[in-house]
Amino acid sequence: MSKKTVGLGRFQLKYHLNYIIIAVAAIVFAVMSLTGNIKHSDTVLLEKIAIAIMLATSLGMVVGFLGELSLGHAGFMCVGAYLGGKTAALLEPVLGNGILTLLIAVVVGGLAAAVFGMIIGLPALRLRGDYLAIVTLAFGEIMRSMVMNVPSTLFGGTLGLQTPRYDKKYLFIIAFAFVLIALAVIQNLLRSKHGRAITSIRDNEIAARASGINVTKYKLVVFTISSLFAGIAGVLYSYTQSRVQSANFDYNYSIEILVMVVLGGIGSINGSIIAATLVTYLNVKLQTILTGDLAVLQNLFYAIILIIIVIYNNAPALKHFREKYNFKALTARLLKKRSAKAEPAAPETDGKEEA
Amino acid sequence: MDFLVTLINGLSSGGTYAIIALGYTMVYGIAKMLNFAHGDIIMVGGYAMYVTLMAMGHPVIAVCAAAVFCMILGIVIEKVAYKPLRGASPLAVLITAIGVSFLLQSLAQIIFGSSPKMPLKLQISGAVTIGAMRIDYSTILTLAVTVIIMVALSVFVKYSKTGRAMVAVSEDRDAALLMGINTNRIITITFAIGSVLAAVAGYLMLCKAPSLSNTLGSMPGIKAFTAAVIGGIGSIPGAMVGGLLLGVVECISYSIPALAPFTDAVEFSILIIVLLVKPSGILGKMRREKV
Repeated sequence: MSKKTVGLGRFQLKYHLNYIIIAVAAIVFAVMSLTGNIKHSDTVLLEKIAIAIMLATSLGMVVGFLGELSLGHAGFMCVGAYLGGKTAALLEPVLGNGILTLLIAVVVGGLAAAVFGMIIGLPALRLRGDYLAIVTLAFGEIMRSMVMNVPSTLFGGTLGLQTPRYDKKYLFIIAFAFVLIALAVIQNLLRSKHGRAITSIRDNEIAARASGINVTKYKLVVFTISSLFAGIAGVLYSYTQSRVQSANFDYNYSIEILVMVVLGGIGSINGSIIAATLVTYLNVKLQTILTGDLAVLQNLFYAIILIIIVIYNNAPALKHFREKYNFKALTARLLKKRSAKAEPAAPETDGKEEA
Repeated sequence: MDFLVTLINGLSSGGTYAIIALGYTMVYGIAKMLNFAHGDIIMVGGYAMYVTLMAMGHPVIAVCAAAVFCMILGIVIEKVAYKPLRGASPLAVLITAIGVSFLLQSLAQIIFGSSPKMPLKLQISGAVTIGAMRIDYSTILTLAVTVIIMVALSVFVKYSKTGRAMVAVSEDRDAALLMGINTNRIITITFAIGSVLAAVAGYLMLCKAPSLSNTLGSMPGIKAFTAAVIGGIGSIPGAMVGGLLLGVVECISYSIPALAPFTDAVEFSILIIVLLVKPSGILGKMRREKV
């Protein structure tokens, strides 16, 4: 990565392209929605995509930049959905089902998830890799069994929590606004000096510690921010459903988010955005085709994709092949052929550092 | 007296956890990876038993067939999914293992459907009454099998050539390689043993409650891994201690009405407490990370 990219005063289109594309897309769809040119099912799809992008980018921060695996992302989303949804349900008679209620619910749900992220993070972040993965997985399961087993007057028990819904015409616009906020926070964090510290922990924790980086602090910060956005995604999710059911936040859902991150490329926020959009779109379209027991074909497909992509990207034996036939090398070669006397190609950047 | 029954039941369910945890801990000690699919091998073993039971009709044949099938499956998984990644980042290996686990679960659901199967022939019903205590035969069987496996495995690791090679590989893979140990073979053997243990654990679970679905192994798998971590991952006696402890805690928590719905939470909190107090687990050795 070149040295000039972090400068504050310098506006570089390359680094803002993703919010611009998302914002433009959101505005186009918003205009379509307000003029009534969009189908109801498409607004539902857009809501789902926004939620998925938020979940995938926030998990992508933990997996791709901190280099730790969290398997409880759906658990944090569950906290957000239940506490945010409960707040909204309680506020609805007082404030009405308006934007104010939604915002308060988002703040409550997001903060609650962030607090849980910190609580689970404090002991867990003394651990690494496999241990952390299992603790976060356990956390997700605990959350699910907790909300199901507390007295049903509180969170509705097994029936699920009844939450207010928002006008379909507007909800996805609000969701995309939150996606932009999430992206701005995550990208700016990762491109700041703090972001460099975070990636240094991923690359070599001992070296990072030796260079005076407060590893625990950064891990905690990343974990907390990631769970904050998972929580917000949960609150938005609660608004898309008339009942929030804890069964939806199971381990499989955490894996689905992980599939998005891995499919998009670990360590690439843009990749996570694209994969989240694609996977969600496919999920919704496949739902009508794959019904009943066939629905599991989708999971099988995820599993195979996960294994193949990870082996392809990481197997030491395939290193040479990867370097020769990756997307960047191929495009570079094509461009070279097209203009034989073109200026010398820019130095290759490591794919991992591309935010 | 009630407490004694709870304790025996706890030791019995802890025995199942310990057997699964042994699989985790051996693989972790030798391949330095968390075999996430281990729990699902239990499930595959269960289905293998179900299928052979349908075809042959005898539980003993079914259990043997399942053990062989799981052993082959474990070796295949190791060769296809994990071996190419030896030397890659731990995160990559972990994600692949999750993928394998997910793959096995969805394959089982595609083949056998989502409704649970009931291999009733595997069930061992009846109980023995000693004074006021009533202990199920399945509980006694589990305890006996656990003890046999623990003793056999300890003897194997301590006295056989392969067992000692396993210890050497888990201590230092490169040094073991230099001493002429075929580390790839040892890793394969470890996966094979772990998978056979998983099949046995699957039988012990089904003989108590013969209900078989594609998520049979997920929760016990996670809990057994928890047990392995509590006991000290990589340590064989640690897995035994951790498994038994977890089983006893589980049964005590179930027997207290106020805690019963939160049993899972109680168990996982023990993990967190143990990791806070002694991050290497009860019997684990602290390893300094070297640069």
